[in-house]
Amino acid sequence: MAETMTWTAVARLADIPRLGSRVVATPDGDVALFRAADDHVFALEDRCPHKGGPLSQGIVHGHSVTCPLHNWVIDLASGAAQAPDIGCAKRLPVRLEGERVLLGTPL
Amino acid sequence: MNMLSPPRHRLVVIGNGMAGMRTVSELLARAPQRYDITVFGAEPHPNYDRIALSSVLAGEKSLDDIVINARDWYAENGIRLIAGDPVAAIDRTQRTVTSVAGQVVGYDRLLIATGSRPLVPPLPGLTLPGVCTFRDIADVNQMIAASETHRRAVVIGGGLLGLEAAWGLKRRGMSVAVVHLMPTLMERQLDETAGQMLQRDLDARGIAFFTNGQTEEILGTTQAAGVRLADGREVPADLVVVAIGIRPNIDLARAAGLEVNRGIVVGDDMACGADPEIYAVGECIEHRGQVFGLVAPIWEQAKVCAARLAGDTAASYATPPLSTRLKITGVDVFSAGALSAAAEEDEEVVLQDRKRGTYRKLVLREDRLVGAVMYGDVADGAWYFRLLREGTDIAAIRARLIMGEALAGTTADPVAALAALPEEAEICGCNGVCKGRIVAAIKSQGLASLDAVRAHTKASASCGSCTPQVERLLAMTAGVAAATGPKPMCKCTAHGHDHVRRAIVAEALKTIPQAMRALDWTTTDGCASCRPALNYYLLCAWPGEYVDDAQSRFVNERMHANIQKDGTYSVVPRMWGGMTNPRELRAIADVADKYQVREVKVTGGQRIDLFGVKREDLPAVWRDLNAAGMVSGHAYGKALRTVKTCVGSEWCRFGTQDSTGMGVALERMTWGSWHPHKVKLAVSGCPRNCAEATIKDFGVVAVDSGWELSVGGNGGIHVRATDFLCKVATEAEVLEYCGAFLQLYREEAHYLERTAPWVARQGIAYIRQRVVEDAAGRAALHARFLHAQSFSQTDPWAEQATNAAYKTLAPVE
Repeated sequence: MAETMTWTAVARLADIPRLGSRVVATPDGDVALFRAADDHVFALEDRCPHKGGPLSQGIVHGHSVTCPLHNWVIDLASGAAQAPDIGCAKRLPVRLEGERVLLGTPL
Repeated sequence: MNMLSPPRHRLVVIGNGMAGMRTVSELLARAPQRYDITVFGAEPHPNYDRIALSSVLAGEKSLDDIVINARDWYAENGIRLIAGDPVAAIDRTQRTVTSVAGQVVGYDRLLIATGSRPLVPPLPGLTLPGVCTFRDIADVNQMIAASETHRRAVVIGGGLLGLEAAWGLKRRGMSVAVVHLMPTLMERQLDETAGQMLQRDLDARGIAFFTNGQTEEILGTTQAAGVRLADGREVPADLVVVAIGIRPNIDLARAAGLEVNRGIVVGDDMACGADPEIYAVGECIEHRGQVFGLVAPIWEQAKVCAARLAGDTAASYATPPLSTRLKITGVDVFSAGALSAAAEEDEEVVLQDRKRGTYRKLVLREDRLVGAVMYGDVADGAWYFRLLREGTDIAAIRARLIMGEALAGTTADPVAALAALPEEAEICGCNGVCKGRIVAAIKSQGLASLDAVRAHTKASASCGSCTPQVERLLAMTAGVAAATGPKPMCKCTAHGHDHVRRAIVAEALKTIPQAMRALDWTTTDGCASCRPALNYYLLCAWPGEYVDDAQSRFVNERMHANIQKDGTYSVVPRMWGGMTNPRELRAIADVADKYQVREVKVTGGQRIDLFGVKREDLPAVWRDLNAAGMVSGHAYGKALRTVKTCVGSEWCRFGTQDSTGMGVALERMTWGSWHPHKVKLAVSGCPRNCAEATIKDFGVVAVDSGWELSVGGNGGIHVRATDFLCKVATEAEVLEYCGAFLQLYREEAHYLERTAPWVARQGIAYIRQRVVEDAAGRAALHARFLHAQSFSQTDPWAEQATNAAYKTLAPVE
């Protein structure tokens, strides 16, 4: 598939603490950027599929985050809730370009 | 008189796997001098735990961890090990075996333990590079290597073996698909419901499934590129793992003219009928039409075979009922016996909790349990399996049977239940170890630790699910450890809270990663359950030295406010002893107006709570409250919350002492302290107890002659009144006893354990001994509390008011 994204620099990697997150305001609502211990960066809509809790405020472990409201565990790569819970947080395209964190928006 | 010992018989063992070496171990235990033993192994390794290969693949264990008998063991026991040179032929007339390299060894007794080979369907493309099976160390090494250079894997087979392979590859970062012939997973061990729950869980962990999938071809020309299914679906992959099952390895036996069918045919004496000098055990055999793939019956075979080899002509084998577990971290599956009602008189009892993801089904026949399938919570598996194996009449407990042992068992006390078990009751199902053997080993060898029991009896050395019972036996027999077995802190570790706390101090572990490494954490950075616990334990053990890890704090402790269900926060300023004044109230009112606080409420702890503060406003709210002289109320933390007071002798006509003054002094001493859970204090000015001091963690009630202290109370789900600690005369003593008690709690309780269950667990006598009777100990505890406080009494609001984490980022370019 051809490149059909516009990429916007939204943060520097150093803005996001390891095993932590930062929130980016977008026209479509808050987006949570997560940084795993291995410096993988993920982006999810900042809403837990369960009751809309702010995932950005959860504890990050491995490539997962635990929602602060009711401890749902969300896979950062897919946005999917860990069983037995069922649901999926919206995933956003994100990539690193050197130290810059770029968020993708479909054209 | 002939001084020479009789010549020893020669025993040759073909196969250095689990069945063969278990037989040899059992034989050495019974008749160490009877044989000169030679062992041939096809793999160039010492004897290892094949079951644990899944854990090696998943990165949870190393190859060294799974070695059962290292080379030293063979030497120590006078065993000649020929590893990496498989046997090529058996000559039954000459009684010799010949290896591939040409070594010839004669035998008086021969034990065939050649195990099994992976079952591989005749698929086009099988010989392509990138195709492997899942059977031995070489396979695992190939898969690990592939996971480092390739991205996608497909596993053919959705049974026990295939799923463990899939999970291991997933853990190693590959994208994994499983192709399974049947409509549900593990259909031989699980019923449809459990199979579907398993699929859903694994699906959520990122494994894709193609059920009803008949593989027709492995694609690729120079390297495996995927598989094509009979219905035309194609699954791309760089690694194809064939794990559909095993078949007994019978080639040698067949060539030697022994009777073979699906496996090498053996009788109840484990001997090969035609030739009483030759025995066979393990996955290579067929006994009464049955072949074997699980470890428990094989251990039984090893025991019988060893007895026969040692000369016990009465030993006889019968296949015990079987149970299954799946070794995928965090996925708990158990099954035994029938999967569903088969006969007319069979009945099923089902309990399912979709939210918790738990399911259990029992199959009953005439008041006997004949089958159990469990998913999610399998703690009762061992109990059901015992009822099933022993054919216990369950009529009397039928109504509660599905609730598990704690509610349905004849006795709810696990220690009493264990004491009531007969000597021959099996404790460890994996290794077939009964209660009597464990108790005897503890007594005769003076064993004093779980590891020692594991080393001597193998009990709890495999899957570990019987660890609590073994620990209880240890406690009952040798009086070591607590009466109940410690529960692991979480799924990231096998260790309980006490062990972790002790190790942090004893081994001077000073950071979370260091503690995780030293204590064999199975995950790289823990989970939302163990990280906050470790952070607290380290903070408590190394005050002033440990640097608090914000990312291991629950959001409330990171934000210094209480997250509410809509994602906003509530803010509670500290009011010392519940005292406030017009200036503070004005400042609170101003903050409520300025930041459009939606609700203002007086709390049960005599504070004012401001609800609906937005995350980005938090620093400004604090700045304003700080400016009016107020600091954080820590209403969000596992910390000292509030000291509630009544008005006391200053105003009240019944008051006997200045309870507010006492409360303020206590709060000044204790504020800012972190604890395993929240801590609440109260001071009442007379026994009418208006401050409700007797349902607080530390309660003080004034009487004419001084202060009555009591501990371990709380409101909450299980209301508990305090236990009386002692009576003291002066305010200084109240402060010292309070500091000492809180420090003892800080140092010894489990994370998230409030003082009420902790005091109940330890017993008030212990608390009195440490805090009241031991004056020097009390002074030391109090001094340690004050030392820790010298680092923790900083207002987090003042520190955090400029922290960028509260702000929302705008796009930077």
